[in-house]
Amino acid sequence: MHLLLFNIIDQIRSLGWGGAFELLRNGIVLGSLYSLIALGYTMIYGILKLLNFAHGDVYMVGAFLGFGVLTAFGGALNPGIGLVPLIIIMFAVAMLGSGVLGVGIERFAYRPLRNAPRIAPLIAALGVSFFLENSAQLMTNGFQYNYDAFQLGGKNGNFGPLFDPVFTVAGNPVTVVQVLVVGSAVTLMAALIFLVSRTRLGKAMRATAFDQEAASMMGIDTDRVISSTFFIASVLAGAAGVMYGLYIGTTFYFMGFLAGLKAFTAAVVGGIGSIVGAMVAGVLVGLIESYAIGYVGGQWSDIVVFGILILFMIVRPTGLFGAQAIQKV
Amino acid sequence: MSEAPGTPGVTPPPGDPTESRIGVDSWVAQAEGRRARRRGPARLLARGWEWSPDPVKLLLFVGLASTLPFWLNEGDLFNFGLFTLLYVALALGLNVVVGFAGLLDLGYVAFFGIGAYTYALLSSSHYGIHWPAEATIPISMAVAALAGLILGSASRRLLGDYLAIVTLFFLQAFAAFTNTANPTVHGVGLTGGPNGIANLDPLTFFGYKLNSTKQQYFFLVIVVAVVAAALHFINQSRTGRAFRALREDPLAAEVMSIPVNRLKLLAFVLGAAIAGLCGTIFAASFTAVTAGSFGVPLLILLYAIIILGGLGSIAGVILGGFVINISSQFLAPQNDHPDVKRWLFYGTIVLIVALMKPWYRAVLVLAATIAFGYAVHAIVSATTVATWTTGAPVAAGSRSIRDGIQGWVVMPHATATGPHVNFNTCLYIGLVVAAVTVRSLSGWWRLAALVPTLYLTAMVWENILAQNPSVTALILFGAMLIALMTVRPQGLLGTARVEIV
Repeated sequence: MHLLLFNIIDQIRSLGWGGAFELLRNGIVLGSLYSLIALGYTMIYGILKLLNFAHGDVYMVGAFLGFGVLTAFGGALNPGIGLVPLIIIMFAVAMLGSGVLGVGIERFAYRPLRNAPRIAPLIAALGVSFFLENSAQLMTNGFQYNYDAFQLGGKNGNFGPLFDPVFTVAGNPVTVVQVLVVGSAVTLMAALIFLVSRTRLGKAMRATAFDQEAASMMGIDTDRVISSTFFIASVLAGAAGVMYGLYIGTTFYFMGFLAGLKAFTAAVVGGIGSIVGAMVAGVLVGLIESYAIGYVGGQWSDIVVFGILILFMIVRPTGLFGAQAIQKV
Repeated sequence: MSEAPGTPGVTPPPGDPTESRIGVDSWVAQAEGRRARRRGPARLLARGWEWSPDPVKLLLFVGLASTLPFWLNEGDLFNFGLFTLLYVALALGLNVVVGFAGLLDLGYVAFFGIGAYTYALLSSSHYGIHWPAEATIPISMAVAALAGLILGSASRRLLGDYLAIVTLFFLQAFAAFTNTANPTVHGVGLTGGPNGIANLDPLTFFGYKLNSTKQQYFFLVIVVAVVAAALHFINQSRTGRAFRALREDPLAAEVMSIPVNRLKLLAFVLGAAIAGLCGTIFAASFTAVTAGSFGVPLLILLYAIIILGGLGSIAGVILGGFVINISSQFLAPQNDHPDVKRWLFYGTIVLIVALMKPWYRAVLVLAATIAFGYAVHAIVSATTVATWTTGAPVAAGSRSIRDGIQGWVVMPHATATGPHVNFNTCLYIGLVVAAVTVRSLSGWWRLAALVPTLYLTAMVWENILAQNPSVTALILFGAMLIALMTVRPQGLLGTARVEIV
């Protein structure tokens, strides 16, 4: 333990300010992915009080849909169309496909269990997650597939523009794809906030989350609102999947599990049901993970992240932005 | 809620549908009882089961289980006998936490792993410690129980879903610790990383070694019987009733001066100790522990067992363990009875269809499916190139079976690559869409849609699933969990509960 602490201090010293910034940058990019997934968890939990274990796997499906589009257009080496339309099509297909998948999951796995005991939908969610993961394993033969995004848009085997630096801070480049990931995440989140706070659908969602029975008495079609919530949540997860593919590159059938777990924690840390909380906490979880990898070492990072999260959940189960829950009897 | 909390020891007999139990609305219980009234041999069986006293049931299990070694060879006894009993014992422990106390514990497998690693460290050449089993089993159980106590006390404040997520973190942290962290102690990696620890000693009680599979199997029969009996007594006791009260409504239980927090801890500790015991036996009979054995797939398997059997029912858990493990072993890639696999699959489907009422609909659907298959096969072989229908079914034992399947199911030849990969993917997604369509239709439309869906199922089985047996079992379990939750959430032997709002 003593030794470990000295190792960490040494590591901090040797990496210096430049290394600290590099970890900050990685953490923010990773965290914006977590934020997008966490938003889905927080919305679904807010409206159904259901821990949707399958949400991480929707993200995985999104990543594979993006990869499917990329392959259909000829792969990263020589896509048949330009870089910008290709990326737009990838996002569009992945987001739509994931959205439809999310609606289907809700319709066929969770809706029949609306009035079942609390444990039933949770176990159904475990089943859906397991089903999706292993189906993906079957479809992809259990292999890892790589987007090879660094070659996207490059001519004659040269590297493409995605990993060119946009600007440099303390000797560390910030690349196009990093700006793209953070930028599109912020755009999507802004759109979501607008949707929830300013539109009729958003109002209906907030009402349903507050009290489903009362909302349906006020003439809100709660089934449709819940379907829309699943659609929006899954669209965000699908977008995050493509971003992951472009930024990190490797997609495989099991990627949704850990990412989903961390994102769910982000949703809890942010205070379940709070949209701003999920965004902030997602970035926070990304930062913790990034610094744990940098300072403690890759093999300990998951233990450190989960340890911190377990402690946080025990000390403050309502999260950063959550209100104290009052149990009604 | 007819039972007053001040009358200990006066529990209505289980299985009597006119008397309501804790958490069972009396009207619903009666309705269930009326519905459960069957005719013919099924009724006789159900009656006999309900009326036979509990020791008889236990003896029935021990007697049946003891005959197994006499008609199975060594390898089959290991896969079908030993592992079934191991999973039954594990599921009994999980049933304490989930079924009795109603706490959703997703970190349960970690306790199993802790028990296994404790045994591996204390009885192997890893550190050169070779303690006998009479010392290592209590130690393993104590270590696992201590871990359960720590996790339980940490999770005491957390409600429902939060508890689930914290326990799942615990499992992940455990997996990361054994697999990647592997800290160096005394010059050796503590957990051996992904390779684990090999060459463990067999269980040794006071100098008597349990070397053969048969010996280990009989030891496990005793363990399962003792654990089941102990849990039965706990379930019938004051503590058991307190568990049920906690499960149904923690707040009301607390108001009735039931020590809710202590009960939660007790459930965690009890479950963890049983898991630790199972871990020891697993490590000893497998003679190795690897980090990969203690993951989410095992967790899902255990949940499938306790949910299929019925949450909270001990007999149900034992039945569920047998059904799930035997089917999963038949589906496993190393299984050397490949034809049984096929009969099991088609038999289950025919059985599900045969449950349809009235009976002539089932016959109609089955006949239509067979005719539909021949029609599709004829059309495909007439319009496309020959490679589309010349694929060989996996492991078809006799020639007639092979020819029968080849003549009915459209199977592209395996050597023809390219479009066939996408063909498989489309087929699979098509099946999922078709199943979902069948569910959302009703009446005659549903029957009509069922016919191509069944044929598609056979196609998917022959083309994809039979070729990837290890994934197939997992997919089927996932699908089973979803289907069971919608159709019969109380499982085979459980009691239906209504949420009292």
